[in-house]
Amino acid sequence: MLTQPGSNAPPKDMPGEPAVLALHEVTKTFPGVKALSEVSLSLYPGKVTALIGENGAGKSTVVKILTGIYQPNGGNILVDGKPTPFPVPQAAANNGVTAIHQETVLFDELSVAENIFLGHAPHNALGLIDLKTMTEKARALLESIGANIDPDHKLKDLGIANKHLVAIARALSIDARVVIMDEPTAALSHKEIEELYDLVESLKAQGKAILFISHKFDEIFRIADNYTVFRDGQLIGDGAIADVSEADLVKMMVGRDVSQIFPERTPNVGDAVLSVQGYAHPTEFDDISFTLRKGEILGFYGLVGAGRSEFMQSLFGITRPSAGAVEIDGTPVEIKSPADAVNNGIVYVPEDRGKQGAVLDLPIFQNITLPSLGRISNNGFLRLAEEFKLAREYAERLDLRAASLDTHVGNLSGGNQQKVVIAKWLATHPKVIILDEPTKGVDIGSKAAVHDFMAELAAQGLAIVMVSSEIPEVLGMSDRVIVMREGRIVAELADHELEPETLVRHAAGI
Amino acid sequence: MSTTERLIPDRLRSPMEQKLKSWETLLLLVAIAIFVANSFASPYFLNAWNLSDATFNFTEKAMIAFAMALLIISGEIDLSVASIIALASTAMGAAVQMGVGTPGLVLIGLGVGVLCGAFNGLLVTRMGLPSIVVTIGTMSLFRGISFIVLGDQAFRGYPASFSWFGQGYVWWVISFEFVLFAIIAVIYAVLLHKTNFGRAVYAIGNNATGAMFSGIRVNRVKFILFLLTGLMSGVAAVCLTARLGSTRPSIATGWELEVVTMVVLGGVSILGGSGTIIGVVIAAFVMGLVTFGLGLLNVPGIVMSIVIGALLIGVIALPRLWSMWRAD
Repeated sequence: MLTQPGSNAPPKDMPGEPAVLALHEVTKTFPGVKALSEVSLSLYPGKVTALIGENGAGKSTVVKILTGIYQPNGGNILVDGKPTPFPVPQAAANNGVTAIHQETVLFDELSVAENIFLGHAPHNALGLIDLKTMTEKARALLESIGANIDPDHKLKDLGIANKHLVAIARALSIDARVVIMDEPTAALSHKEIEELYDLVESLKAQGKAILFISHKFDEIFRIADNYTVFRDGQLIGDGAIADVSEADLVKMMVGRDVSQIFPERTPNVGDAVLSVQGYAHPTEFDDISFTLRKGEILGFYGLVGAGRSEFMQSLFGITRPSAGAVEIDGTPVEIKSPADAVNNGIVYVPEDRGKQGAVLDLPIFQNITLPSLGRISNNGFLRLAEEFKLAREYAERLDLRAASLDTHVGNLSGGNQQKVVIAKWLATHPKVIILDEPTKGVDIGSKAAVHDFMAELAAQGLAIVMVSSEIPEVLGMSDRVIVMREGRIVAELADHELEPETLVRHAAGI
Repeated sequence: MSTTERLIPDRLRSPMEQKLKSWETLLLLVAIAIFVANSFASPYFLNAWNLSDATFNFTEKAMIAFAMALLIISGEIDLSVASIIALASTAMGAAVQMGVGTPGLVLIGLGVGVLCGAFNGLLVTRMGLPSIVVTIGTMSLFRGISFIVLGDQAFRGYPASFSWFGQGYVWWVISFEFVLFAIIAVIYAVLLHKTNFGRAVYAIGNNATGAMFSGIRVNRVKFILFLLTGLMSGVAAVCLTARLGSTRPSIATGWELEVVTMVVLGGVSILGGSGTIIGVVIAAFVMGLVTFGLGLLNVPGIVMSIVIGALLIGVIALPRLWSMWRAD
């Protein structure tokens, strides 16, 4: 009996292949919110299905239902066509479903082998963990995915890419039939992403069904066989990836045509605002010198680990440089702390919004006013009316979407969190704003809004430094690009010299 | 798309509504219940002078608890406060032997408190050591110095004018200590809830990295909080020494945990980031009323600590039980 799940026919090029795991008209409601409304989704052995949607479309809810964390209010989970509830995460694992999350849940202080087998470690006759067998099994698993990692090392000694490989080995250790990958490439470099693609191919060859969640269209077209698009908790469309174009998918995601074109700008570059001379750090970067002008957007491109963020954080006063000088408007300034940087008009929007950019457990208005408390207070005493006025002004300028200014920032979508962080800094009237991966983890609608806003700020004379690893963004937004490799500036490219190949060549050192 | 201005409301729930549904309201009900229970349990309870006496059970501890509340909200803790009292009291006792007068004694008491706080603060902010470890260390260190100086002796002979800080009455049954407690409560409530400094304390407690990335001078704020906690321990040392009229090295033994209990009972998250001064004020009254009520019933001290412990766990578990019950 082959009950085809879902209200939609399976993709045409897979006649008869039953779905190994499927959702059938699943609904999930939270108090006041309908996160999913009768959605269906099918995963087939040996196929990669891309789940596509803006932030808030319901992708994370689907992952949580498929892994037994959330219970649907209606509809069924089908395993091999049979309705199978997953009341607890263990039930999902027993049915061979495993997930590799955005922020992978692993344990720094445990060994690689312990991380892989936590919860299902091999036991000896006494019921104790059989360390030797566990280490050997871990070694074999890691080798099978081409990872050169010592299973005895502590997890904290590994880089982010290797941690992902450990997470994948953990997923495989429970003999998974379905592997869910939630933005697995978000933190990886080019080379590591290529290796991940190879791994996905080998998982496919082993007949695993893969659910691949990503914001990046290039990788969706590269590795996915099928697609499923969600919008506002509803299924908008699914089918074979070969039958659609990028424009079709974007249209389904946002429900309208979104120009993938970056804002049209006529750069109106003025006097030099920021001048950096010979910035150096014992291990992270060396001999960084450049000048930034009013109204200019200066891109910093490089591979992950090229030292761009480390340099920016040093310029912002988080870490002290071992050498170097900074001038603002031609006057030498000394920056020993972020407070000094802010006082001198340099502000920094970090890549890690949750830890560094915002205080997630405080309300929006308190986040926006945090660096500007001096302006809304009278001799150190807060004036609540002034505070709300300032927060409202900048929230509206950035077109923030929130239930109220009292909402905790942690409850906002990634795009709106980023707007809060940018609003916070604009309220300090900066001269230079450094944006580190400004649209990472931001959905496509908010992305365009952030880009438009950057263009608007530059037009108003703000000097912008943009660190980005996304080539289209670097090309589309920058007036000038500095390429860094291994902590040093290797190229400075003017607007007319900007070609994707040139950037990659300099960044990789070919 | 509409072109109309998109208005975001300031708040969805009014501040008054938030207050009514808060921890502090629950705690206030507990305080009232204990008050009523006490007045039925003992005929001596509803007596102005007895109630006035009862306030001495918490005034000194509460003074420290206000500073401790800010410190715990910022994500740090100071377990050396009782030992600071011992050291400050010993220093005042030694000064008495050298003939120092009342103003000098007060300055020495407060000064030793500030110095001890600065020592803790420097170790935590400059060396980056965890405050719980640092202050467990200084807890032994400060009281140890006091033991070396005094052995099994006691300092006595405090001038009569000095005794007023612990035994004096401002008006009728209103003691100096109670007035000081009230003034300090207001100062700390304003500092925490109405100033830039207080906002920085909350931001640091919720996310110290994020606060630093927002231009807050995190270490400076934390250092000031250790100074304030030391200062308040000094104030408590002056009041307690004046009330007892003598200094022994065992003075205020175990107070650090009672102070932390008061702070946590007052609704301050032990993990940092949230809490109010009014909560600590009510918690001070709750603990004072329980101690006093049990004292009237001739309950021994050991049983009192059992009751206080049960009260702490009970009041903390109650809201969670309530929400579990409602979820069913």
